[in-house]
Amino acid sequence: MTTTTVDVEMNGTSALLRVRGDVTAASDSAFGDAYMEATAQGARSLVLDFSGMDYMNSGGIGVLVTTLVRCQRGGQRLLATGLDAHYRQILTLTRLDEAIAVHDTEASALESVA
Amino acid sequence: MDPTPRSDRDPETTWAKPIDRLAMGTVPAEAINLNVTGKRLAGPMQGFGQLWQKTYRIRFEGANPTPSEVVAIWKREFGSFWPKGQRFYAPFAEITPGEVGLINGEVPGRQVLSTGVMVIYADDESFTFMTPEGHVFAAWITFSAAAEDGATVAAIDVLLRASDPLFEFLLMAGGHDREDEHWKTTLRNLAARNGATGEPTAERACVDPRRQWRLAGNIRHNAAIRSGLWMMAHPQRMIRRPKD
Repeated sequence: MTTTTVDVEMNGTSALLRVRGDVTAASDSAFGDAYMEATAQGARSLVLDFSGMDYMNSGGIGVLVTTLVRCQRGGQRLLATGLDAHYRQILTLTRLDEAIAVHDTEASALESVA
Repeated sequence: MDPTPRSDRDPETTWAKPIDRLAMGTVPAEAINLNVTGKRLAGPMQGFGQLWQKTYRIRFEGANPTPSEVVAIWKREFGSFWPKGQRFYAPFAEITPGEVGLINGEVPGRQVLSTGVMVIYADDESFTFMTPEGHVFAAWITFSAAAEDGATVAAIDVLLRASDPLFEFLLMAGGHDREDEHWKTTLRNLAARNGATGEPTAERACVDPRRQWRLAGNIRHNAAIRSGLWMMAHPQRMIRRPKD
């Protein structure tokens, strides 16, 4: 099991959250801190970049819901990119893709919120 | 940190495949099989009520099975740990991603609430259920075990919204407490099965106090209403109830 890091990069009013390591229930504080940092820098939309993620279990899906609720309460959009075919299927299975827009590329995600 | 690849970290085998509608396998004749077949899965984002995160835990005392051993037993004998009056019918040998289980829950008035769950995730130390439309909750429920400070701890983590306004009212009118007792009893029984004792703890936090009023129409799937109507049409089933 590897720890999660979530680094924040601003792109205008969008924040790119680079997710690395395993995403599990223990990742909640890493996601929460990244959300706070992005919001403090004025992010109106957050793009989760999963291209550096090693593994996500069902506890990690719960962390995504918590992040989504934070965004909804803050009037922010949440998007995702960098997911491989398996994890795209998992977002479909859990119906999270109905609330988190999944994009093939970072550029596409950023363009959709520009 | 453990960089060693583990067989239970392959998303191809630990996660279920996406499905459009649920299909139920063969269950015993005494089971009331309603509100599962043909339903879609519904997670916390599809529910109506406030979003709650609940955690139930028990620290095993008097025995120290490994987390994998605890979860292996939990997967094989899942329904046997439930309180009396609550039945889990599993048309499979053990909890496996993609399998669908049937629930017949006793409710006041000799009624039965028929619903189910799908196993969406399972590895060596945890497994997760997701509920169908019409269930009391739109939820993910994760069952796990871990080693903590020299002892084995079993846990149940629930992320839920009540599915519709009726279930939201019932949860606020004592349903949360009833659910707490259900899972605490389950954990006590699980500990006893592993030769241990312990006192379960329960924590409850409201993650989102808002209700999703655009989803109030979920009530059309309400499993309690549909089960009640079915029981009225089949009154003999109220008399010929299976014994615990």
